[in-house]
Amino acid sequence: MNETNSLIQIKGLRDGLLVSLDDAPWEEQRSALLLQVDTQPAFFQGARLALDVASQVLHVNELVELRDQLSERGIALWAVISESPTTENTAQLLGLATRISKPRPEETRQFSVGDLGEDSALFINRTLRSGTRIEFAGHVVVLGDVNPGAEIVAGGNVIIWGKLRGMVHAGSKGNRKAVICALDLSATQLRIADEVSAMLKPQENPKPEIARINDVGKLQAEFWSPG
Amino acid sequence: MAAEVVTITSGKGGVGKTTAVANLAVALASGGSKVVCIDGDIGLRNLDVILGLENRIVYDIVDVIEGRCRLKQAMIRDKKYPELYLIPAAQTRDKNAVSPSDMNRLIKDLRADHDFVLIDSPAGIERGFRNAIAAADRVIVVTNPEISAVRDADRVIGILEAEEKGPAALIINRLNPVLVKNHDMLSAEDVLDLLAVELIGVVPEDEHVIIGSNRGAPVAADPKSRAGQAFRNIARRLKGETVPFLDLESQGSLWERIQRLAGRK
Repeated sequence: MNETNSLIQIKGLRDGLLVSLDDAPWEEQRSALLLQVDTQPAFFQGARLALDVASQVLHVNELVELRDQLSERGIALWAVISESPTTENTAQLLGLATRISKPRPEETRQFSVGDLGEDSALFINRTLRSGTRIEFAGHVVVLGDVNPGAEIVAGGNVIIWGKLRGMVHAGSKGNRKAVICALDLSATQLRIADEVSAMLKPQENPKPEIARINDVGKLQAEFWSPG
Repeated sequence: MAAEVVTITSGKGGVGKTTAVANLAVALASGGSKVVCIDGDIGLRNLDVILGLENRIVYDIVDVIEGRCRLKQAMIRDKKYPELYLIPAAQTRDKNAVSPSDMNRLIKDLRADHDFVLIDSPAGIERGFRNAIAAADRVIVVTNPEISAVRDADRVIGILEAEEKGPAALIINRLNPVLVKNHDMLSAEDVLDLLAVELIGVVPEDEHVIIGSNRGAPVAADPKSRAGQAFRNIARRLKGETVPFLDLESQGSLWERIQRLAGRK
């Protein structure tokens, strides 16, 4: 038994390989994985690889480096699964999947729900451009714009301090009390719980608006005024 | 001398990436810079045609990377500008023949002897695009004033931000001032409002561009062409000069607006 085997586990999935790392330092695990690949090139050649990084916090340059190194060895990294919201966010930014069809083990899911309950909020301090998808169990606050082609799916409320021109789904687990607020609400589509509203004409002079499900059960946006 | 490596990309196809690379290369070379352009669109090469160098291709970028020739042998010298070179793409291979680290190695060898390395990226956000941006110091995104092109540009700018390639600069290509005035085309201001990046040039629609491309003589060398003037201005901005934006509308209102927007960064 060499040391690499204790760090990484490799399983076959219907649509590729699943590599599970543990919480050892990232550099060690990365070299262990690459070593594993280099010792069995025929096994890995052409593989689609999903990476379960447990609770590692990974940033863009780390994932990019690994993706490029794998790509040079003929391996496509297509998914990164993580318990860390930062890592999930990074993976989403790079266009990698953050879920695979096989459900995560029950205990892990409970852990993440317990850790980030529906009352916690994800704060995003930048503009979300086309192709970005944010999924979060709690509330989502964006300081920046949400451009067309970007998507936010939140279990709770969604607050956009900027222009909302993409797609937002608040109360995605069925919470009909959830609201969506934006300084300029020009979304292509809004969803709250299971209500869908195809929106909304761009406005000449945008004002802050708040969208919610009204008394008769329709998704409706109204201007927000202080006081 | 250490070259600045500039990648020109767009997301959507057909917005004028290759035309922009050819014209910027000619404009930079005519201003005395030493320029190499690399056609990154392996399998669908075009840059050689627009530069009028198609019939001189012996070796291409894949030959260099796979060691069938030396770098110098694949560099085609321009007919008119002795300091302008093209490294053509392979036509009979695909994007997977090159990896991002191959590009890094190739460009490392070019940096020493040139002022600018311009890389023409293929459309899309897959392997060819990754190759093209791998070694970039600076990325220019080309878009047209059309909603679909602007969406794709937004996606690409997002990827560049995520990969920490620095803030992209934007060229708005084929703007028609008459259509903009009649509210039938997005204005430069509308495009910048969405993309929120630095504007490095607005190129007006100009039939001379097509004529020049077909002849293999980029319009940047034509002193009478408006688009050529716009490309020459972008080249000067790339060299760090401050050049006022072209007055595309006779009243000058658009110009003022662009200037204001460009200044806000």
